[in-house]
Amino acid sequence: MLNFSKINILIIYIIFLSISIFSVLNFQDKNSPIIDKKVNLGLDLQGGSYLLLEINSDSLIKEKIQSKIIPIKKLLKDNNLIYSDFKINENNFSFKINDLEKFKLVFFSKKDNLVNPYIDTYRSFELDFEKIEDNNIKILFSKYGLLTINNAALKQSIEIVRRRIDDVGTKEPTILQRGEKRILVELPGLKDPDRIKKLLGKTAQLNFRLVSENSEFGVDELISETGEKLKISKRIVMSGENLIDAQPSIQNQQNEPTVSFTLDRLGAQKFGRATTDNVGKRLAIILDGKIISAPNINEPITSGKGMISGNFTFQEATDLALLLRSGALPTPLNVVEERTVGPDLGEDSIKSGVTSLIVGFILVILFMFYKYRLFGLVANTALIANLLMLLGVLTILEATLTLPGIAGIILTVGMAVDANVLIFERIKEELKTEKSIIHAFDSGYSKAKITVLDANITTLIAAIILFAFGSGPVKGFAITLGIGIITTLFTAYFLARHLTSMIVLRDNNKGIKI
Amino acid sequence: MIKNINFVSKFRKANIFSIVVFTLSIIFISFKGLNYGIDFKGGTLIELRTDKSIQVSSIRDALNSMNLGDINVKKFGKDGDYLIKVEQKKTNNSNLIPEIKKVLVDNLNAEVDFRRVENVGPKVSSELLESSIIAISLALTAMLFYIWIRFEWQFSVGSIVALFHDIVITLGIFSVLSLEINLSIIAAVLTIVGYSMNDTVVIYDRIRENLFKYTKISISDVSNLSINETLARTIITSATTLLALVSIYILGGEILRGFSFAMIMGVIIGTYSSIFVASPILKFFKVSYKTLEKEEEKILP
Repeated sequence: MLNFSKINILIIYIIFLSISIFSVLNFQDKNSPIIDKKVNLGLDLQGGSYLLLEINSDSLIKEKIQSKIIPIKKLLKDNNLIYSDFKINENNFSFKINDLEKFKLVFFSKKDNLVNPYIDTYRSFELDFEKIEDNNIKILFSKYGLLTINNAALKQSIEIVRRRIDDVGTKEPTILQRGEKRILVELPGLKDPDRIKKLLGKTAQLNFRLVSENSEFGVDELISETGEKLKISKRIVMSGENLIDAQPSIQNQQNEPTVSFTLDRLGAQKFGRATTDNVGKRLAIILDGKIISAPNINEPITSGKGMISGNFTFQEATDLALLLRSGALPTPLNVVEERTVGPDLGEDSIKSGVTSLIVGFILVILFMFYKYRLFGLVANTALIANLLMLLGVLTILEATLTLPGIAGIILTVGMAVDANVLIFERIKEELKTEKSIIHAFDSGYSKAKITVLDANITTLIAAIILFAFGSGPVKGFAITLGIGIITTLFTAYFLARHLTSMIVLRDNNKGIKI
Repeated sequence: MIKNINFVSKFRKANIFSIVVFTLSIIFISFKGLNYGIDFKGGTLIELRTDKSIQVSSIRDALNSMNLGDINVKKFGKDGDYLIKVEQKKTNNSNLIPEIKKVLVDNLNAEVDFRRVENVGPKVSSELLESSIIAISLALTAMLFYIWIRFEWQFSVGSIVALFHDIVITLGIFSVLSLEINLSIIAAVLTIVGYSMNDTVVIYDRIRENLFKYTKISISDVSNLSINETLARTIITSATTLLALVSIYILGGEILRGFSFAMIMGVIIGTYSSIFVASPILKFFKVSYKTLEKEEEKILP
């Protein structure tokens, strides 16, 4: 085990150098022009916000199931099926049917079924039915129908969340899908997440509806911004979908912040027609079910441009413009998990993490030197090499370093010497029975090999499981611990062994103590 | 420098000690319970810094006016640093944090800086708890199989009993001291699993080697010899690991304190259990070189 061919030595040091050189990249002030890689700091070290958002599709599903009522009734009529007792519930509707078998045939027809389309990807229909009793059935979305709705809503939400966050202009946000209903948002360096949370918390569904005492579509009673009770027609004159741009602006006369908007062609037509027909009436501008303002229509607006006023501060006008520009979310989003760290706490964490790393490192080095003297130096050289390689691998992977990640490095320092301790102790034992020093070192290394491997693989298993199940900072710990084990094995079995062999082979005659 | 300590003669006493501590831990965990942090219970955590020292009670009084339910306020590290924990309420108030900030600024007459805010909803917290339990169980199962493949089933049982012993007693200590269990404690527990296993494997490896070397002597003597032979390594590795951990505990800041404390406990208990729990189980199963040979015959045609 002590004989190294020249080529082996070369390979060992080339691997060591080419990996550990990357660690240097982290200590440059400017980004390297050739290789731009660095260890990323986690949110807990650089400060920032982690948000986990969940779509709440209840209202969307209710809306979608209700949109099926008229088509279903038509389908029944067209096929001469007679229904009675039609009831609409939260996320389903039920009725009695005269011929269930025939209904099934029609309902689950794969061909040109617009009412209950067949989803090829899931091999399932969008809708399903449940028998309440005999001929009384309940129509609801199938498992995959719900999945399709949720998926579409989630995809769309991610797009809109991205637009809103980009518009605020934070640096390098991460926006990812998590599971079937969640969106993960990471905003590094963000000090106050409340504004973003507020922006993401609004669906921003904008409607223009006429104020009218009675309407053929029915009326809702809403409270206006001035506290007035207003009856609003249920008919939507125009919605936010027709907006192509919105900007905050200051109205000169009153110096009042407002939002001016531009409509697309269709929107301009609709808006023009509605304002022409209803001069003198009031038009309510409704955002997420609340009246922002309900101004009088003084003259027809056909230019496709308009303005919303509503006692805004300039910040509110800016945010509203942003929300309208980015479009409406298909469902409300709830923040189900939030973790925010201020930048100064991050700095403190780096300081205390690095201090404890340095102190731990020095303590271990002193201890090893005290215990093994010359071979302690070998172990310590291996330890320093180990740290450089660990940092190098982290840099190559552009891994994220978290506070627990720093703890993982310190723990690696403590545990890394174990491999060398195992080997040295084994050599000590061998020296007792073996006359030849070289043989003793040789068999020490080979006998300890299995133990070192077994012992490290168990820790590696723990690190892999931590990586798979952990989130955020804990994942950072798993990464440093796991990579630390691999670099430990390399440095103990190749670097330290080579250093040992140089000492042993040179000083063969002098008698070595370990 | 191989010492010759008669460990085997102390097995019985150690086992009684282990069983008592283990049982006490179970009793504490099931009756006093574990102090789950917001990661697993849901709720809001705020770490704040003020520009002057304020009575914990006045912060509590200020918050009580908001009617938030169960509130926990304590000093956290330096003077002027506090940690507030608010129980999970059913109503989902997205404005809770700015509201708390406003109340504190109005009532305390001081600069208030929110250094860290964590908010975990009830659904997420129960998922986190579930995935933590799965992770620990999976780690134990993975170890069970690894040792089974590398050694024999008796070794596998021995190491798992030792791991179980370590985890339960560590959690027992957390229960007695009412220390908070959060995600980083779970990370610590999993690392303890790795460390304790590491320690056990080193001794088992030596026992296996010595069983073949000295086929005439009993498992008790082989265990004793093996523990003694590896004792120096056991002590040195525990020492270096503890040096690193104590450094994190003292200098690593408040956030890592719970984690490093759990690890320190775990390393001590894990080192003890490799000698006094994992090894006696081999004796209990009357493991000998024949057990090892038989198994090998089965595998090798």
